[in-house]
Amino acid sequence: MARAAGKTAVKPGDNVWVNVDVLMTHDVCGPGTIGVFKREFGQDAKVWDKNKIVIIPDHYIFTADSKSNRNVDILRDFVREQGLKYFYDVIDDPNGHWVFDAAKGPMKRQYGDSFAGVCHTALAAKGHTRPGEILLGTDSHTCMAGAFGEFATGIGNTDAGFVLGTGKLLLKVPETMRFRLEGKMQKGVMAKDIILHVIGDIGFDGATYRAMQFDGPGASSLNMDDRMTIANMAIEAGGKNGIFEPDQTTFDYVNERTKFNGTKTAYDPIFCDKDQRFFYDKTFDLTKLEPTVACHPNPGVRKLAKELGNIALDRAYIGSCTGGKSSDFFAFAQIVKGKKVKIDTFGVPATPEVIADLRAANVWQVLVDAGVQMSENPGCAACLGGPADTFGRMNKPMKCISATNRNFPGRMGHLESQVFLASPYTVAASALTGKITDPREYLS
Amino acid sequence: MSTVLRGRAYVVRDNIDTDQIIPAQYLALVPTIPDEYEKLGSYALCGLPKDQYPTRYVADGTAKTAFPIVIAGRNFGCGSSREHAPIALGATGCTAVVAEGFARIFFRNCVATGELYPVECDQRLCDVFQTGDEVELDLDAGTLQQVKTGKVFATKPLGDARPVIDAGGIFEYARATGMIKK
Ligand code: SF4
Repeated sequence: MARAAGKTAVKPGDNVWVNVDVLMTHDVCGPGTIGVFKREFGQDAKVWDKNKIVIIPDHYIFTADSKSNRNVDILRDFVREQGLKYFYDVIDDPNGHWVFDAAKGPMKRQYGDSFAGVCHTALAAKGHTRPGEILLGTDSHTCMAGAFGEFATGIGNTDAGFVLGTGKLLLKVPETMRFRLEGKMQKGVMAKDIILHVIGDIGFDGATYRAMQFDGPGASSLNMDDRMTIANMAIEAGGKNGIFEPDQTTFDYVNERTKFNGTKTAYDPIFCDKDQRFFYDKTFDLTKLEPTVACHPNPGVRKLAKELGNIALDRAYIGSCTGGKSSDFFAFAQIVKGKKVKIDTFGVPATPEVIADLRAANVWQVLVDAGVQMSENPGCAACLGGPADTFGRMNKPMKCISATNRNFPGRMGHLESQVFLASPYTVAASALTGKITDPREYLS
Repeated sequence: MSTVLRGRAYVVRDNIDTDQIIPAQYLALVPTIPDEYEKLGSYALCGLPKDQYPTRYVADGTAKTAFPIVIAGRNFGCGSSREHAPIALGATGCTAVVAEGFARIFFRNCVATGELYPVECDQRLCDVFQTGDEVELDLDAGTLQQVKTGKVFATKPLGDARPVIDAGGIFEYARATGMIKK
């Protein structure tokens, strides 16, 4: 942050104007952000840098709700007017209108070649995450990009409108909480279990206003998908951002994605200060972790999967930025392969690349054969409820186990429905039995 | 702007998240379009469970709340980054939320938009106050008074956030301080 503010050093509590490297917005907050920008800077105003804005429609896309469809058109008009470089539109015609075809239904592909799926996963996949940068987004899970060793956090429309015009924002330097990870995860345990365990430990407001730093040998042994799962959920403990120190794993991923997509390849990584002071410092032994569940009604209500066998479920869901990556579906498939799910089970890949990966490995068919309703339309879908016709949305009181990241009342639809958050393994095992189930029973 | 805010209070408990402040199905409404701004206000806090909150924050069929001051427990505004949350509250006439604590993005959005004052208080006011109580919030003195009992509670100073909200949000503030052109 010091570098972005043009200073040699900053300390927690300082308010500094930082220069923003990437600003991301989507269909739910983009139109309001654009509205703020025009209201404040004028109808003819130009954005600060047309190469540093990334617009990713992903939230309310595959719905017949007319306002939602209109919102994607507002984004497209703005992109055209401003000549923005990075817009991952649902349709390919830059002058077209997006209209969802309800007759085709939510499962058949309804998007063109530019579409990228869920914003946070897409940012990484399309080469917009780089170590040492400042990434702001109008979405609370923007902290996911902290996996790449950058400062990434969510902001509102007004702040984002300000950034659109100036490229700067006043940020308070957070204090840091350190989570040192040691040891290796045992069979049946995933990155999701690590973060659910940590949130249960500090409480779901335990990191409010603070940075959550994950380091130690346990952190460096994690692949990028796993680091993303963990950083994504920093906000579920109230954190301002989550961060991993960049290493060769990070550089390999970033170099590959930036080259492949033709985005900016240069970056200047920042490493941890040796004499860093922490507000909180605790070591977690990964070998001791077991499959973990966050129960209704918030991500901090931690239990072990094996303690919850008496909870009968109505449905299971795998998808979202946190839980809809290729590695998540591969893990899920490992459990359900050759078996049949017992409850309604919905699968929504985060990005088109995930669908391609699953098809290439023949895992898509494994999931369909197991009875999982797989949607070919990547996006947020029922992760945040959405309009009533959203795929997988709970429209009546139900209990759902989900690989997503948030379970406040009403999050996935009906106000009286209940959501239990768990790893893809645990969601898969539970889908097979219709009760919350420890996946180790299926991994012998 | 007056530094004393008066009116009836609406009392909520801990962990009121942004889905309860403005449920996700209304997010297609764009806050900068005036009609849609009003509409958002009419849905403020409509995600609170009816059994626990029989008095609704905004009465059915109306656009403005009868309760300009919200009193809350811990972690008010947790969840998503949606600015629709403070905007819905502001649109319906809420001037301040006094809570034991706020989620960061909600706090930040209150400041950025200048919609309302997010005031922190160490005491557990949601156990002391009841919905409908007349209250008086003095931002300069840092006090919240319960009019019927005369009890006064100390609130924490808003610090750096105060001048930004006073100015009407980050744009007005940036203009006033010369960060961007008038
Ligand atoms: S998948 Fe869910 S958590 Fe992720 S960006 Fe979409 S709505 Fe937010």
